[in-house]
Amino acid sequence: MAVTGAVLVAFLIGHMLGNLKIFLGAASFNSYAEWLRTVGEPAVPARSLLTVAEIVLTAAVVLHMWSAVSLARRASKARPVKYAKRRSQAGGYVVRTMRYGGVIILLFVIWHLLDLTFGAVNPKGFDATPYDRVVAGFAPARWWVTAFYVVALAMVGLHLRHGLWSAFQTLGLAAGRRRRFLDVFAAVFSAALVLGFVAVPVAVMIGVVK
Amino acid sequence: MKYTIGEPIRDTKAPEGPIEERWDTRRFSAKLVNPANKRKLRVIVVGTGLAGGSAAATLGELGYKVTSFCYQDSPRRAHSIAAQGGINAAKNYRGDGDSVHRLFYDTVKGGDFRARESNVYRLAQVSVNIIDQAVAQGVPFAREYGGLLDTRSFGGAQVSRTFYARGQTGQQLLLGAYQALERQIAAGTVEMHTRHEMLDLVISDGRARGVIVRDLVTGEIETHLADAVVLATGGYGNVFFLSTNAKGCNTTAIWRAHRRGAYFGNPCYTQIHPTCIPVSGDYQSKLTLMSESLRNDGRVWVPVRAGDDRAPADIPEEDRDYYLERIYPAFGNLVPRDIASRAAKNVCDEGRGVGPGGLGVYLDFADAIGRLGKTAVEEKYGNLFEMYERITGEDPYTRPMRIYPAVHYTMGGLWVDYDLQSTIPGLFVIGEANFSDHGANRLGASALMQGLADGYFVLPTTIGDYLAGGPFGDVDQASVDQALGQVTGKIGRLLSTGGTRTADSYHRELGRLMWEYCGMERTEESLRKALERIPELREEFWVNVKVPGDEEGLNQALERAGRVADFFDLAELMCLDALHRTESCGGHFRAESQTEEGEALRDDENFAYVAAWEHGADGVPVLHKEALDYEYVKLSSRSYK
Amino acid sequence: MNLTLKVWRQNGPADTGRMVTYQVTDVSPDMSFLEMLDVLNERLILDGDDPVAFDHDCREGICGMCGMVIDGVAHGEQRATTTCQLHMRHFEDGATVTIEPWRAAPFPVIKDLVVDRSSFDRIIQAGGFISVPAGSAPDAHSVPVKKDDADDAFDAATCIGCGACVAACPNGSASLFTAAKITHLGLLPQGQPERASRAVAMVDQMDLEGFGGCTNTGECTAVCPKGISLDVITQMNRDYLRSPK
Repeated sequence: MAVTGAVLVAFLIGHMLGNLKIFLGAASFNSYAEWLRTVGEPAVPARSLLTVAEIVLTAAVVLHMWSAVSLARRASKARPVKYAKRRSQAGGYVVRTMRYGGVIILLFVIWHLLDLTFGAVNPKGFDATPYDRVVAGFAPARWWVTAFYVVALAMVGLHLRHGLWSAFQTLGLAAGRRRRFLDVFAAVFSAALVLGFVAVPVAVMIGVVK
Repeated sequence: MKYTIGEPIRDTKAPEGPIEERWDTRRFSAKLVNPANKRKLRVIVVGTGLAGGSAAATLGELGYKVTSFCYQDSPRRAHSIAAQGGINAAKNYRGDGDSVHRLFYDTVKGGDFRARESNVYRLAQVSVNIIDQAVAQGVPFAREYGGLLDTRSFGGAQVSRTFYARGQTGQQLLLGAYQALERQIAAGTVEMHTRHEMLDLVISDGRARGVIVRDLVTGEIETHLADAVVLATGGYGNVFFLSTNAKGCNTTAIWRAHRRGAYFGNPCYTQIHPTCIPVSGDYQSKLTLMSESLRNDGRVWVPVRAGDDRAPADIPEEDRDYYLERIYPAFGNLVPRDIASRAAKNVCDEGRGVGPGGLGVYLDFADAIGRLGKTAVEEKYGNLFEMYERITGEDPYTRPMRIYPAVHYTMGGLWVDYDLQSTIPGLFVIGEANFSDHGANRLGASALMQGLADGYFVLPTTIGDYLAGGPFGDVDQASVDQALGQVTGKIGRLLSTGGTRTADSYHRELGRLMWEYCGMERTEESLRKALERIPELREEFWVNVKVPGDEEGLNQALERAGRVADFFDLAELMCLDALHRTESCGGHFRAESQTEEGEALRDDENFAYVAAWEHGADGVPVLHKEALDYEYVKLSSRSYK
Repeated sequence: MNLTLKVWRQNGPADTGRMVTYQVTDVSPDMSFLEMLDVLNERLILDGDDPVAFDHDCREGICGMCGMVIDGVAHGEQRATTTCQLHMRHFEDGATVTIEPWRAAPFPVIKDLVVDRSSFDRIIQAGGFISVPAGSAPDAHSVPVKKDDADDAFDAATCIGCGACVAACPNGSASLFTAAKITHLGLLPQGQPERASRAVAMVDQMDLEGFGGCTNTGECTAVCPKGISLDVITQMNRDYLRSPK
């Protein structure tokens, strides 16, 4: 869980930084996208980096889900008879969103790929430049798409909030004085990441980026 | 109740010679068991507290085959776990003048000169090994900044010899023994039976050879045989119903052994602890001890005037009686347990008690908070204050605590010789279950010491001497059948009575009666009354108790009823012992025997002996006296004025 | 005060069990929760009914034998309190109180509220000890221990093995219990030689017993009567990951 999660977090950081290039203008953003496709050429074929990343990410997502499912199955095996009444004492709303939140995030990722990667549900379609696709996708008229992204990203933030902290714990890093620091770090990091991601669609919607 | 005088006990098997060499002498004279033979010898250990847990683990480690029993769901739950204060050891780490001899002397004196010198000396010698053993096992004793062990002075001792692990020393030491035991279970040397209760002892050819137990989960009655049996089943304070013992603590194992021939030593010696949370109502099921350390800073008082029912804060200084400080100016609030307890009873008898039923005295921290500040008091006693508030709902920072004495420990128990062997060959008794090393009164922080000394160091040596004569061959089936018949007969009788009162209600009544007539203060009249009333109540119990369910499966009401039945018999012997001992000593206070100032008055000329009671033919008790000779300690009277 | 109790009754491991409703009257606010059940049981016995079976022993919060889920919370809502130390003054007159046993596959129900926790003993058997025979230990002062380490070891060692952590964990994990022992012994110099093997053996045994996995929800520490911190789980994971397997 922690290891696959770490891969996904690393991807999210890179993805977010790349997204923010949109604020540097269409050219910068498009050439960054182009660079991702051509990096390493001619030593390696086109899309090498992307292909590797896609394989690793797919594997990470599958393994992450597999871990989650097996944990959940173990949990239900460990408690075959449910409580008639059960009340959480850890106040963990975030914790309780982990499982269904993960599913929502998965659905979002599918939509997101269809929208901006394959252009299937994007108004401009696959042939437009990445910049155009983003601007069209989050056009003010399509405010509901932005809203959906914001909600989904908030879910990603919550998932990360507990996921990061949990990973530190599982890897045995959160001991002693570092516990508090890592706890705060997980919160701040998740918030920053969400803001970084949300910035783009919101900026498009309110017309800062056109 | 009648009794007869039997032959005195002349030989306790303690070696001759200088006292400091006796344990060495015994260790050398004890026969050894060939390692190959150890694997053929089985030892049964009943009880898994400090004594039983450490004994079973050590015997397993030595290579014997061990069968261990406890009535709880895990050996870790035995009531040693609740000991708070600490454990004494003559380490003299502080260089404050402590020594083996001083611990020996303090223990004999604290026991009001009713303990055996040889045993107590050995206890003091072994005490130092216990600390080493516990530390090696990972017991997290309190430490100082230099990394060395911290010690404190406890229960009025003038040297700092008490090692502690916050207020949970018993828990930590027990977990150490429990872990050692679990290690042996994993290694296959110890076979553990949890949720099993011993109901009888099997004797074959004059030797203890096994036990009859009930599997509390299935209800099955099982026979387990061995070459020797060790009882480590704790004390019998629950004869009073309300005590600081765990609810399950009972006398059945030792009482059944007594009925099979083991002598019972000094049954009347009961320790009453002065700082317990008072009873709040009729439903009360147990009493909770508050560490004695509270008396270091708390001041004990009651209103001057009887029936003064003002709130404590409304009672001005001049209307308060700080009676311990008044009567015992030298020791004040720190007088020993028995004296503090009796003084509390006296003021309550005068109608000056506080709280529900007038059975309580104040333990006031207002002065300490004023002097040291709330933070300092919180640091020292925070846990205890929280515990008090949890139980009573009152805040001890703003309102004085209410405390009252409660039964805490029984110094009496099965009589054992220097080898910890009872009068039945092959039956060894360790820990609180034996009549032990504490004489008529136990010093604070000495119970843990004795339990572990017996289990880790003394028994494993002395039992070897006995087992060297084994294996002892086949057990006579007729004696097994006879014991089985008795056990099933008793269970059948309890289940078939179908009366109108629960076993608990009889237990409560017996307890009240014992507390009233054989508690902190005993008189000839009260004891005679008890001896008249107990048989009547017992008779009623046997025709009118109602036990639901059947013998199969878990039946907690049946377990309790069986225990209550044995408490009745024990209660009678306790009262008889208390009646015959017309002196006062330690935890046994006979109102007829007191000084002009109201202190306990010993009668060394007539009572410097251990009373070992035999269950005689026709049930008439036979008193065997074991004279106590003091070569190293001079008898003196305790004074705390 | 008067209460309505909904109590889980189950006649044995094979029985399916059900909730049964009882009325208790004249409950004193100064009663402990178990004393309230005592009163109910005394009445059930006299009425010819089967009394409710529950585990308990010391009744002063240290033996770890008692434990039930009260209104959906292990040991009830009062923090850092075992069931035996919970008092009725925390309940409202007329309230309905639901009482269930610890629910976990490795804690099978024996009867009513009594469960079998021997899986905990087996986890300790796997390695929750320091191997030292009686009689030969070095002097207690030969190895100094830093006060902070000794204090932290003590904090972990206060675990009473009641099983509330398992009962409260949505995954039915025994991580807090197992980790408390690994941490207690692993913090002390005496525990070093067996530290790595202990962590692996105990964790493997825990998994073998059928406890769930830890997802760091923190429910365990919230109900722990001794307030054992999640730090111990970090320590367990660290020892487990670092040990050669």
